[in-house]
Amino acid sequence: MNVLVLAATAAIATAAAAAEISPEDRRSGYDFAGAETRAMQDDDTANPGMLGVLQGETLWAAKAGAADKSCADCHGDARASMKGVAARYPTFEPILGRPLDLEARINRCRGEHQGAAPFAGESADLLALTAFVAYQSRGLPIALPEKPELQPFLDLGGELFHRRQGQLNLSCSQCHDDNWGKRLAGAVIPQGHPTGYPVYRLEWQSLGSLQRRLRNCMIGVRAEPYEYGAPEAVALELYLMVRARGLLIETPGVRP
Amino acid sequence: MARVLINLPAQAKRGEIIEIKTLIAHPMETGYRLGRTGVVFPRDIINGFVCTYNGEQVFRAELFPAIAANPFIAFFTVATESGEIAFSWTDDRGETQTEVRQITVE
Repeated sequence: MNVLVLAATAAIATAAAAAEISPEDRRSGYDFAGAETRAMQDDDTANPGMLGVLQGETLWAAKAGAADKSCADCHGDARASMKGVAARYPTFEPILGRPLDLEARINRCRGEHQGAAPFAGESADLLALTAFVAYQSRGLPIALPEKPELQPFLDLGGELFHRRQGQLNLSCSQCHDDNWGKRLAGAVIPQGHPTGYPVYRLEWQSLGSLQRRLRNCMIGVRAEPYEYGAPEAVALELYLMVRARGLLIETPGVRP
Repeated sequence: MARVLINLPAQAKRGEIIEIKTLIAHPMETGYRLGRTGVVFPRDIINGFVCTYNGEQVFRAELFPAIAANPFIAFFTVATESGEIAFSWTDDRGETQTEVRQITVE
């Protein structure tokens, strides 16, 4: 195993640094997955992520908190009101002065408007409701509006993406910009576009957030992973979404 | 109880072979995993699945701890007559969940 990792590291170190992937070469992780995994995602009655979407639909209509209001009481039919929302997150929250991802926005909405306790990070309920909201954007292209307020966070995300980290001393970019399509041991290296989140990973046997996936990758290069909700994690999410602009939302995606 | 997705044709011709696909939300806890304190998570899996077609058993499966969470079971049967197709999953707690779908055979 160590020999493999060393060999892979050496191969990456010798590759010339490439620029951002051009729009015509941009491909979702779906295109790198096996035929069985793709078939699972394509069939809504075989896609286990749809169980989360169904649960989210129930949560959308469930009254909660001191205000005794449901999401639907304010936002109405999610099919109309939430269409396209996931394609433009993370978005800038003026009151906090920083960007929020979809999970954080849902929890903030719960606190402010429902008077309810936030869902625990990475809990089944939070992932289900996020999946239900993001599902309304399925098939729409990722298109974050350009906002000058977001620029510093975007710059931070880009800097983190290109920063070498961990004991293996690898940056995200070295795998996902320079060496996508090649193999790291048995697995194909995808381009790292967040098209299907919350995603059903077969390895996890559950839905998981983009932040969980980022932590996975960081543990892989033996770096200290960012805490859930850390500013660095959200900045990286923001950078990844801008980097993936034009690709279609697939939520709930299925990945190996 | 648990969320279920069932896919079968609403209509079929008599004698036609139809595919039925089922998916149920379940953790399928193996009974071999340790928690942070070293205590074993008790086993909790779906151990049995039965499909009946107008009361007659057409498919049955036993499930074991090596099967992943949210088990997906797909199988074929012959559309013989209109009526009810019932699906039952039983777990280690002894709870059974039953879902019924209608089929029209012409």
